[in-house]
Amino acid sequence: MIKVENLTKRYAGQTAIENLNFEVGKGEIMGFLGPNGAGKSTTMRILSSFMPPTSGRASVAGYDIFENSLQARTHLGYMPENVPLYKDMRVTEYLEYRAALKGVPHRRMNERVGDVKELCGLKEVEKKLIGALSKGYRQRVGLADALVHEPDLLILDEPTSGLDPNQIRQVRELIRNLGRQHTILLSTHILPEVEMTCSRIIIINRGKIEACDTPENLVSQMRTATGVRLEARAGNDDGIEELKKIPGVKDVSLTTDGDWQVFSLRAEAGADVRPEVFRLASDRRWAVRELSQRKATLEDVFVEITHADEV
Amino acid sequence: MTKFFTLLSREIRSYFYSPIAYIVLVFFLLVSGVDFYFQVSFMNQRAVEYSVQEAFFNSVFFWFAFVLIFPLITMRLFAEEFKLGTIEPLMTAPVRDLQVVLAKYFGALIFYVILWIPTAFYFVIFQAVTHEPAGSSTGAYLGSYLMLVLLGMFYISIGCFASVLTRNQIVAAIISFAVITLLFFFGLVQFILLDVGSETRQLLGYFSAIEQMGTLSRGQIDTRPIVLYVSMTIVMLTFTYQAFQSRKWRL
Repeated sequence: MIKVENLTKRYAGQTAIENLNFEVGKGEIMGFLGPNGAGKSTTMRILSSFMPPTSGRASVAGYDIFENSLQARTHLGYMPENVPLYKDMRVTEYLEYRAALKGVPHRRMNERVGDVKELCGLKEVEKKLIGALSKGYRQRVGLADALVHEPDLLILDEPTSGLDPNQIRQVRELIRNLGRQHTILLSTHILPEVEMTCSRIIIINRGKIEACDTPENLVSQMRTATGVRLEARAGNDDGIEELKKIPGVKDVSLTTDGDWQVFSLRAEAGADVRPEVFRLASDRRWAVRELSQRKATLEDVFVEITHADEV
Repeated sequence: MTKFFTLLSREIRSYFYSPIAYIVLVFFLLVSGVDFYFQVSFMNQRAVEYSVQEAFFNSVFFWFAFVLIFPLITMRLFAEEFKLGTIEPLMTAPVRDLQVVLAKYFGALIFYVILWIPTAFYFVIFQAVTHEPAGSSTGAYLGSYLMLVLLGMFYISIGCFASVLTRNQIVAAIISFAVITLLFFFGLVQFILLDVGSETRQLLGYFSAIEQMGTLSRGQIDTRPIVLYVSMTIVMLTFTYQAFQSRKWRL
């Protein structure tokens, strides 16, 4: 659905994105992650034909964004960051205008505009001026606009930014439902959201793709792997040395909490060392009050990938 | 073509969404109404050799209001879209740059024509009240309004170009006001600078809107201003189109 080859964009003196290569297949929900200024919006603006790349190629629904820009644009629905809208138009009027602009035939106008208003929960504000709407409703108008011409592909630039937790949940639900019929490329800062909605993730940093995989694979491939926490009283034993002997344990560190010792173990990826830790503790008659495993989250992946070169 | 009309209709309607349209309309009716009243009063007090219609289109009042309306009509065309960011949804919809430029241009031109429609009633009312014709002939009316449309075409294209250069409406207004006023003064040079050669003065005379209006409002349809303003409009719209496209490379 999207094919990007060696896409590069340079602004005066600075490179926004460099040699991006990725593909998004039909029906996928692709999450686009990266710190601010990593090049997410730039990539999305290029894909939506808003600005040309410096070099490289990209196609949307089989149409080259440069040579067949009009067809490419017909097949995609784009929601820009911050959702700029004409504040002096009314919701229905705006959506009808956008639908006509995107080539929705006159006889289907009422049906399409009605459908997207229904889908995005805009019925109760349909006669209001867009300028009088709250941020959440404006976001939904932007989404309705992106959907009104039944595009094969949706490109959403931070669809949940600036929304409250309830609204985020609603939009996330909406996106997940849309994912059944549409291919979606969305960018966001909210990682749990990506984990819940996206089938694949691209992590981009300083204009380069650092990782591209399913959320599960990304988490399981993390170098830091899993951490185990043990709170115990090891008495006179040297807990650190004993724990390090357990196969699969890479590193142990110790802090104290009152007269309890808190051991933090780093285990190799995929290894579950908890049974061994428990056996050791019971053999040595350590008093144990907690033994738990902390799973790496997408947030760890994100932080590791995007901060590795800064720290 | 459907898309062009969709864009055009939004452009025209957008004037009436904002208070600008009503303010410009009222301001314009007020000034042109006072102008008309003054001309008629003036003629009541002495014998003159021109008609009410000619006097109306050639007064100082008329030109004063005339050059002011263009920055007001055109300043927001592109600058506002750039400023609000609405250019992004607009240009990511399947529309061509040329369609957008022409829709904005013709939207402004149509609004300008709407602005002038009420003035036609002045002459109708004058005739109904005084039972005297306001103009010397039908051609004189046609000529005056033709000149208005020609000048409007050109000056609006200048305003379009000014608006596409910036995201600040005030800057756009200042640029178009300065350029239009300068062009207008250019036509006055032949009356003011008596020390320049007669060829130069004659040449500048061809660009004098006042001179041309004088001729056309008498009912003499001169084709030279038609060619001049239509071709100048095309040149300015080409510039506008090029500048609009260049935004992609400046981003």
